[in-house]
Amino acid sequence: MRTLRELLRNGWFSVGAAILLVLAVLVVLSFFAPDDPTAWRVAPRDLRPSWEHLLGTDSKGQDVFWQMTFAVRNSLAVALLAALISRAIAVTVGLVAGYSGGVVDRGLMFINDALLVLPLFLLLVLLAMLVREQMSILSMAVMFGIVGWAWDARLIRSQILSLREREFTYTAILSGTPVHKLVFREYFPFVLPLLLATLISYMAWVVGMEITLALIGLTDLRIPTLGSVLKWAIDYQAMLLRLWWWVFAPIVASVALFVALYLISVSISDYLDPRARIQRVRAR
Amino acid sequence: MRFIRRYLVPRLLQYVLVTVLGITVVFAIPRLLPGDPVENMVATLQARSANLDPAAVEKMIHTLREMYGLDQGLFQQYLTFWKRLFAGDFGPSLFVFPTPVIQLIGQSLPWTAALLLVTTLLGWTIGNILGGLTGYFPDARVLKILDGAVMLIRPIPYYVFALTLLILFAYLLPVFPLGGGYTVGTKITLTWSSVRDVLRHAFLPALSLTVLLVASTFQTMRLIIRGVTEEDYVRYAKIGAVKEGTIFTKYGMRNAILPQITGLALSLGGIFGGALITEMVFGYPGLGFLLYRAIVNVDYNLLMGITTISIGAITTSILVVDLLYPLFDPRIRFR
Repeated sequence: MRTLRELLRNGWFSVGAAILLVLAVLVVLSFFAPDDPTAWRVAPRDLRPSWEHLLGTDSKGQDVFWQMTFAVRNSLAVALLAALISRAIAVTVGLVAGYSGGVVDRGLMFINDALLVLPLFLLLVLLAMLVREQMSILSMAVMFGIVGWAWDARLIRSQILSLREREFTYTAILSGTPVHKLVFREYFPFVLPLLLATLISYMAWVVGMEITLALIGLTDLRIPTLGSVLKWAIDYQAMLLRLWWWVFAPIVASVALFVALYLISVSISDYLDPRARIQRVRAR
Repeated sequence: MRFIRRYLVPRLLQYVLVTVLGITVVFAIPRLLPGDPVENMVATLQARSANLDPAAVEKMIHTLREMYGLDQGLFQQYLTFWKRLFAGDFGPSLFVFPTPVIQLIGQSLPWTAALLLVTTLLGWTIGNILGGLTGYFPDARVLKILDGAVMLIRPIPYYVFALTLLILFAYLLPVFPLGGGYTVGTKITLTWSSVRDVLRHAFLPALSLTVLLVASTFQTMRLIIRGVTEEDYVRYAKIGAVKEGTIFTKYGMRNAILPQITGLALSLGGIFGGALITEMVFGYPGLGFLLYRAIVNVDYNLLMGITTISIGAITTSILVVDLLYPLFDPRIRFR
């Protein structure tokens, strides 16, 4: 709670949090949507925004506002799920590699470095092209999660390497604490802030990746996401037909989401930076 | 000699292993999925474009079967795969059958290389200088405004940024062409009007790439130099009344640029993957656009060719920078 209060003192963080709150309201609203988001022709087509259809309707006969609620929900769901999966792998790899060292460490770090260097986007496209029919929210999240852990695993590993030499490690080992307990109970709390700081920028990466894959037609376009709504609008030439509300809705929503995630991640890493913390303490 | 044994050999070994791992993944992906890869490929291809000539499809299946060698064992397939790779043979393209993939890549590569080489070097240099200045003089009014502007530009998705430029400068204010690499119907020659035509077409894609690269380089550089200015040697130089300009260039920038060089290597290696989104939006005839056409037309061979070349380019450029690193950082010496 104190952390949150201190973060809210940072103006940028409050702005980011406020935008995220608005998007969260959209997500909640999606559960009260009147129509099935995948059904076509549930509303008159190409209507301008009005009280009845807040953001107008599109050429598929869907209400853009309700589509957007689902799009934000699904995009955030993919991002969160992928983040959870990749974080879980990152923690395990980082802790194991850092604590055990030797051959295990070298092997894991080799895979880690390979993931950092190789053109992941092209490999994802290669995979997505063959499984495009089965690209659900879950499989997309798993795909992003499996490739996105390398950077954090490296950070966690270096943290563990220094923790391993600390006094309390020796005390714990001498008093007979089992290794798994030492690693997960004693080391994990040190690693947690690191994870949170990178979590948000990773989520932004996933949202952007989803949009890119949807734009080149490699996701299941029946499921509304930020990317697929934009893709439909562009495929139907919404820009030339002057259906601006249809194009602008996903663009504004995704820019808002990116800005919010970015501001929050910047202010959190600012908060965690010890140098900045000293300045904050002095200022008070 | 110790340098070779302790550093060069392990580093080269790592380079070879990472490259082989990446290319093995490319080999494995179509084979890992259930079903016959050739059948799968042709089935998706037919589902996409209904009016394929049956004779051509027959021929395609035959060539693919021969290429994949599916009746042989997995290990034999793997060996053949590598043998073809070293011969530069990625098989025929599927959507402009039977043009070899390598020929299509060869046609697109110069476009992308010229565009991305210029924008990467330009964006990296401008971003570092501006970011360095802003980090070193955090109180200057102009630089504060710049910092705010970058904060706003940075989170904009690539696609949206490129599309906005296109709408503004080609659609609403028709200063630049709507897309393509040169005026359709003309031949590229070395005359002034032809060169100007190519440059005019390249301007908007180049602008969008440069601005976004400047923004990201700017921010990392600003953070790095803020750390450097708090080092003791900078403080000492200030007390010793070393000129401000000298401190900034020789003490600040000289040290802060080092981590940025690795980033440059990654971007330069990434050139061989093309700039997918930019080239797609502007219809620029480079590798990214070729990649996009490969994806839309389910041309698996072409996609595999681009990916393989891109893997080789990235690992090699990082290796080169790693080996050249002592030139930039005198503290590191290979002994």
